[in-house]
Amino acid sequence: MIAHSVFFYIFSLIAIVSAVMVTVSKNTVHSVFFLILDFISISCLFIMIGAEFLGMIMLIVYVGAVAVLFLFVVMMLNVAEQKGQWFSSRWDGGTHIPVGLLVSLIIFFELIIVIGGWKYKPDLLNSLSINISNEVTNTRSIGNVLYTDYILLFQISGMILLVAMIGAIVLTYRERAGVKRQSYIKQISRERDEGVDLVEAKRNKGVKIDA
Amino acid sequence: MLSIGLGHYLTLAAIIFTIGVVGIFLNRKNVIVILMSIELILLAVNINLVAFSIFINDLSGQIFTLFILTVAAAEAAIGLAIIVVYFRNSDTIRVEEIKNLKG
Repeated sequence: MIAHSVFFYIFSLIAIVSAVMVTVSKNTVHSVFFLILDFISISCLFIMIGAEFLGMIMLIVYVGAVAVLFLFVVMMLNVAEQKGQWFSSRWDGGTHIPVGLLVSLIIFFELIIVIGGWKYKPDLLNSLSINISNEVTNTRSIGNVLYTDYILLFQISGMILLVAMIGAIVLTYRERAGVKRQSYIKQISRERDEGVDLVEAKRNKGVKIDA
Repeated sequence: MLSIGLGHYLTLAAIIFTIGVVGIFLNRKNVIVILMSIELILLAVNINLVAFSIFINDLSGQIFTLFILTVAAAEAAIGLAIIVVYFRNSDTIRVEEIKNLKG
C-alpha cells in the first residue's frame, strides 16, 4: 500500500512538472519531449491503478503516433525556437497574462470545490451496466464488451479515423507544376499501332525518323 | 494521505486540466503548443474517466476513454494538417500574427 502511494506521488509529480514544462518551454521540440514524458507517466499511473490495456494503448497511440506527429510537424515547419519572452505579446503589452491566470485559477478552484463536495449519487451504483470482474484480465473484459455492446460506436470511431485521414491528406495535398507523372491508363491502353511503325527502307538511302 | 483514493486522481486530473487551460490562455507564440495543451486537457479527462471506472467498478469509463483516444488522435492529425497548410500559405504560425478573422 505504501509503495503504491509512493509511486503515485512520484508519477503524478513527474506528470505535473512535465505538463508545466510543455507550456513554458521556449523550444517547441522540448515541449514535445515533455509531452511524451507526461503521457508516459500517466500511462504508468493507469497501469498501476489496474487499467493495463488503456495504459499500453496510451503509450502506443500517444507516444508512438501523436507525439511523433507533433515532432515531425515542428521540425518540418522550422519553428522550434520561440524568440523573446515566454508569453509576451507584441500588441497588448501583456495584459492577457493576469486575466488568463485569474480565469484559470477560478477554473481550478471550481474543479477542486466539485471534487471536495462530491459524493456518489445514491442510485448511481444501481444503474451500473458492466461490472469489472477479477477473474478475467482487463484486456479481455474490454474486448468482451467492445466488440459486442459497443460495436456500433467502435465502427463509428473507425469512420472518424478514416475521415480524419482523408481530411489530412486532402488538406496537405498540393499539385506541383512541371512534375512528370506516370499515367497508368495511358500506358496500359496503348495499342500496337501507336508504338510500332513499319517503314519500307530503300537501299543505300536509310530511313528518316520524325522529320 | 498514504492510501490513494479517488480524490487523489481527480485532483491530479484537475491540476493537469488547469495547466492545459493556462497553456491555451497565455500562449502568444506558437499554435503547435496550443494543440499540445489541448492534448493535455484530453489527458486530464481520460484520467478522470479511468479513475472513476476503477473506483466505481464499472468498465464503461475505460471504453469511453478508448473512444476519446480515437477522437484525440483524429483531432491532432487534422489540426496539424491545418497548421501545415497555414504555414505554407502565410509563412508564420505565431499566434499574434494570425489575425485574418480580426478576433
